[in-house]
Amino acid sequence: MTNTEIREFIENAIAENPVMLFMKGTPEQPACGFSARTAACLNALGTRYAALDILPDQRIREELSGLSGWPTIPQLFVDGELVGGCDIVTEMYESGELAELVGAEQPEQAEDAAARSEAPVGNGKVPLENRLD
Amino acid sequence: MPSSDELKRRIETAIPNSIVNVEDLTGGGDHFRAEVVSDRFAGLSRIQQHKLVYDVFGAEVGGPIHALSIKTSIPSGGAT
Repeated sequence: MTNTEIREFIENAIAENPVMLFMKGTPEQPACGFSARTAACLNALGTRYAALDILPDQRIREELSGLSGWPTIPQLFVDGELVGGCDIVTEMYESGELAELVGAEQPEQAEDAAARSEAPVGNGKVPLENRLD
Repeated sequence: MPSSDELKRRIETAIPNSIVNVEDLTGGGDHFRAEVVSDRFAGLSRIQQHKLVYDVFGAEVGGPIHALSIKTSIPSGGAT
């Protein structure tokens, strides 16, 4: 793949998936605590989202950051707009803004769920599309 | 290797009238958390606020500064 193709792939992923998470590892097996916490927030909301592991090719990260102007991973996009990384997503999850943004129900005890650093594994609640397949 | 004090000074220089607290999360000089209070953030979205802080360090974030966790806020007493 050329860099241009990678960039187009990323642009398409953001355009086609209303809730699109770029992370290190996968929601089932996050490879970084920040990515794990961000995925855990989405999992707790039970919202449908697509996730892309940026680790297989470092150009994914380079092109993504070039596109978004955001230097770190994870990056969450909702309706084509960058929402933020782990800090912002966690804050918005705890305040209920994230639930509102993605059109989900705010779970009870939201702070407890967000404080977990690991994504729930194998609970079957989270339909996941991985567009790299 | 960057230090918490260096990060604090650079943020305070780049964002005038800011109150900055930087913590080295691991003691290893590469994972930091910065709390920045400034009226410069007024009217900006969270993304824009955090970008202002990231922009202080440019390509160093993701490089020597492996992770920079950010919390921004506006002084509760209003602009001074």
